[in-house]
Amino acid sequence: MPKDHGIGAPSKRREDVRFLTGQGRYTDDINLHGQAHAVFVRSQVAHGRLNGVDTAAAAAMPGVIRVFTGADFEGVGGLPCGWQVTDRHGQPMQEPGHPVLAQGKVRHVGDPIAVVVAETLEQARDAAEAVEVDIEELEPVLDMKAALAEGAPKVHDDLTGNLCYDWGFVEENREAVNAAFQKAAHVTTLELVNQRLVPNAMEPRVAVGDYAPATGDSTLYTTSQNPHVIRLLMGAFVLGIPEHKLRVVAPDVGGGFGSKIFHYAEEAFCTFAAKQLRRPVKWTCTRSESFITDAHGRDHVTKIELALDAEGHFQALRTETYANMGAYLSTFAPSVPTWLHGTLMAGNYKTPLIYVNVKAVFTNTVPVDAYRGAGRPEATFQLERVIDKAAREMGMDPVDIRRKNFITEFPYATPVAVEYDTGDYHATMDKLAEIADLAGFEKRLADSKARGKLRGLGINSYIEACGIAPSHLVGQLGARAGLYESATVRVNATGGLVVMTGSHSHGQGHETSFAQVVADMIGIDENMVEIVHGDTANTPMGMGTYGSRSLAVGGSAMVRATEKIIAKAKKIAAHLMEAAPEDIELKDGAFTVAGTDKSVAWGDVTLAAYVPHNYPLEEIEPGLEETAFYDPNNFTYPAGAYSCEVEVDPDTGKVEICSFAAADDFGNIVNPMIVDGQVHGGLAQGIGQALLEGAAYDEYGQLLSGSYMDYAMPRAGDMPSFTVDHSCQTPCTHNPLGVKGCGEAGAIGSPPAVVNAVVDALQRSGHTNVTHIDMPLTPARVWAAMQG
Amino acid sequence: MYAFDFDRPATLDAALAALQDEDAQALGGGQTLIPTLKQRLAQPSKLVSLTAIPELSGVRADDGALTIGAATTHAAVAEQAAGSYPALACLAAQIGDPAVRNRGTIGGSLANNDPSACYPAAALASGATIVTNARQIAADDYFQGMFATALDEGEIITEVRFPLPEKAAYMKFEQPASRFALVGVFVAKYPDGVRVAVTGASEEGVFRWTEAEAALSADFSPEAIAGLSVPSDDMIGDLHGTPDYRAHLVGVMTARAVRDAV
Ligand SMILES: Cc1cc2nc3c(=O)[nH]c(=O)nc-3n(C[C@H](O)[C@H](O)[C@H](O)COP(=O)(O)OP(=O)(O)OC[C@H]3O[C@@H](n4cnc5c(N)ncnc54)[C@H](O)[C@@H]3O)c2cc1C
Repeated sequence: MPKDHGIGAPSKRREDVRFLTGQGRYTDDINLHGQAHAVFVRSQVAHGRLNGVDTAAAAAMPGVIRVFTGADFEGVGGLPCGWQVTDRHGQPMQEPGHPVLAQGKVRHVGDPIAVVVAETLEQARDAAEAVEVDIEELEPVLDMKAALAEGAPKVHDDLTGNLCYDWGFVEENREAVNAAFQKAAHVTTLELVNQRLVPNAMEPRVAVGDYAPATGDSTLYTTSQNPHVIRLLMGAFVLGIPEHKLRVVAPDVGGGFGSKIFHYAEEAFCTFAAKQLRRPVKWTCTRSESFITDAHGRDHVTKIELALDAEGHFQALRTETYANMGAYLSTFAPSVPTWLHGTLMAGNYKTPLIYVNVKAVFTNTVPVDAYRGAGRPEATFQLERVIDKAAREMGMDPVDIRRKNFITEFPYATPVAVEYDTGDYHATMDKLAEIADLAGFEKRLADSKARGKLRGLGINSYIEACGIAPSHLVGQLGARAGLYESATVRVNATGGLVVMTGSHSHGQGHETSFAQVVADMIGIDENMVEIVHGDTANTPMGMGTYGSRSLAVGGSAMVRATEKIIAKAKKIAAHLMEAAPEDIELKDGAFTVAGTDKSVAWGDVTLAAYVPHNYPLEEIEPGLEETAFYDPNNFTYPAGAYSCEVEVDPDTGKVEICSFAAADDFGNIVNPMIVDGQVHGGLAQGIGQALLEGAAYDEYGQLLSGSYMDYAMPRAGDMPSFTVDHSCQTPCTHNPLGVKGCGEAGAIGSPPAVVNAVVDALQRSGHTNVTHIDMPLTPARVWAAMQG
Repeated sequence: MYAFDFDRPATLDAALAALQDEDAQALGGGQTLIPTLKQRLAQPSKLVSLTAIPELSGVRADDGALTIGAATTHAAVAEQAAGSYPALACLAAQIGDPAVRNRGTIGGSLANNDPSACYPAAALASGATIVTNARQIAADDYFQGMFATALDEGEIITEVRFPLPEKAAYMKFEQPASRFALVGVFVAKYPDGVRVAVTGASEEGVFRWTEAEAALSADFSPEAIAGLSVPSDDMIGDLHGTPDYRAHLVGVMTARAVRDAV
């Protein structure tokens, strides 16, 4: 029986009441008294020398308050990068400056050059058109391999070439891996592209800067997944405002998918300009602008090789990846192709030797950073594709070859620096076979054939590292921040609770599931718990939400703080019942003395804490409020098995997904309905990548897919009805909730299932030369592949 | 968008008078024009809405023809033409999404003549007559290449007359992002022959595939065009398909339209 409340219950999402009735309060809903409007003038060329910006005509236009250019930001810091990667030779990565407004050069279409601040938005737009920009166009650097060629034009004149870093992992294994390839019975090689994606959160980015001259306090309202991180980065590195004079508020946020983790120029600009102008300054991104300014995702070009023995046991794995950084280093960009990608190359398999090489490259394109899954989808895709190819080459069943190589003993230390605490990959594969009815495939194949359609089945496993945290680990890996999480639990006199968390909710339903956790621990109604997030002024320092970390890390902090609350409440209860604190038990919201019928209610104790008339003041303080910080000692490792069945139209190449099944192990589940939703969303994004989405630049560096006319967003009609299951549960061994995180799994695990299925369909219908098709698998590409 | 004046007259004469202003422009459903204005790619001095003029709206069948007022929405055509010209109704029902269909108009679509739009294929395959405030234009003379038509400055479409075929079908292969036609083929069979019009595919805009017309006039079956193909020379090549792919789809979609013609 599923529970009807607390941990494990499918409680309805309380936040949906405001979201679904149009009563959410997003950043664009915030309008401050006296607010001015900012419009950015952006580079329309990919690469050029900025010889001058003439703002005179614009400044004279109606309503214009001031026009800012790069010159106004001399002496102001640039946008910082939060991660430093060390290359194969022990050298730090090349780290270019990232000015708020362009200085001397423009480096991608969309690079901000000037900003008009005016009384109204339309006046600012009119004046922005009057800003005259003198740019001497330079040859753009677009292709990553060409960017590394001798004599290629440089994106950053002050760097040596366009290579950010050449990373080897684990460098010491390089020779041993090469040796294993020498003596392998079989080697499978695959070259593939993990294409660039545009995140496209439903809510475009917005920033409102405010400044109070009387107190010297600055406030930034922004569409962020992590307001404290923005406060730290912008305050300390860009504008020089100490944290106690800077407040960052991220109210309701309409989706992020990674793109709202990073600190962007517009946030710094609005905060800066508000102080200069002594009035609030607001910027709202247009959809067209978001295509060329939100950090993009993926964009890896990879060669992967798998060495096997004659029975199909994996002997070694070797990869070479070119990872596009774009024109500047976005906040966490360097970590994505390295620590979020190389560390996952073992997958679910006991491959003893692995070597990953990543060359990160600067190009004249929009910066690339974390996007749902961040590095792990890239790792999973190449690994699960090369395994499929190997199975086909060796005449093995794709499930058998995986089972043969599954890790079965835990904890398991991979050759790529991480230790999986727990898992059961056979169990999720078994569950998949059941929910996907793999046994019935042959019959469905025959049905499709009778209708003239080419049917294919794709199967894969995946694993990911989630609960992005351990500060001690990420510190060694180059993170310039800690990655703990925090919570303050404030119990009010009448028994209700407010939980202030450093993590942030932008669609995940935290306000519901976090309340379930705390209410369950105390044994009270969920509606007595309120979750507060998103404002640095009233929440403890936290690192925000990404990397499926909120429940595993933030939820654990909440558990710790609630444990402190319970411990103190027991002492108060003991005093009220004249018993020893060790004898007090808390159950269903009531304190009892073990072995007696004495009892006080939760509300009696909370009241006593705040009205301490009869209270042991010499032993405990009045009040009931506790804070905890939680920093785990490992990542969590959600894993699972996915399958996809497709039908390909042989005449047009169009792929239709007939069914998609996902068997996930997320450890313990707090709210199964929310988990279903997270998986559905992730699958839609992964299927979107596999079949539809792709950012494309032309030879001049113009974004061809710069609007929904050419960037194919997935729609409900493109999706099958998903079959998802998360009953296989191996609880995480190192966090108090035993949870692993589920936010990214769908997006990580699904692209290879789709591509494996399409390749399978073509192989089965005689197109035996088709071993791979690069995503997105548009009808045109699949048809071209069938033409041989 | 830039500032403009807005007029919503109740009669055709008032609309024509309002359109005399320099840089005045007709507004149908705004599904093409408004996004253009939002991007500041056009700067009309005045927009003259045609949607409040009763004689420009509505669908009526008479004398073997279906006449549709220029300001009739796609949704209205989808509903009201279903009995008399199901292939046309079906085409209208596949344009965009409900919001687009509830505002976008047939006159706007034909005036705009987007190379990927659906209605041009229906008009050309049906040998429709485009009726304007000044004259009647045969579809064969009306479409003059991508976004180009026979309309003069200030001339507006008032209605479109479609001769009713014995059988017809529209087969749309969607461009994955915009969901306009990557290739759309409208096949219409009349007593005096078959007409085949192709949209989405050519750099020259909507065109008639005369070779297929001849073959289908002799034998109205998918097999009749099995050996035929359109040359890929003038086909559009972009992110969503090469010229070869589009040329191939023309054959596939034509055969399917013949198969499904009702
Ligand atoms: C999301 C989306 C999806 C779409 N999908 C499709 C699709 O799948 N297939 C398809 O065919 N179309 C599609 N469209 C386009 C849609 O059909 C438009 O409605 C149509 O192209 C323009 O019609 P309108 O009435 O909106 O014209 P408007 O946008 O108002 O006007 C377009 C042009 O026509 C002129 N004009 C308007 N009415 C007249 C008239 N009576 N006489 C002379 N000139 C006139 C205007 O001055 C303007 O230049 C889509 C549009 C959108 C926004």
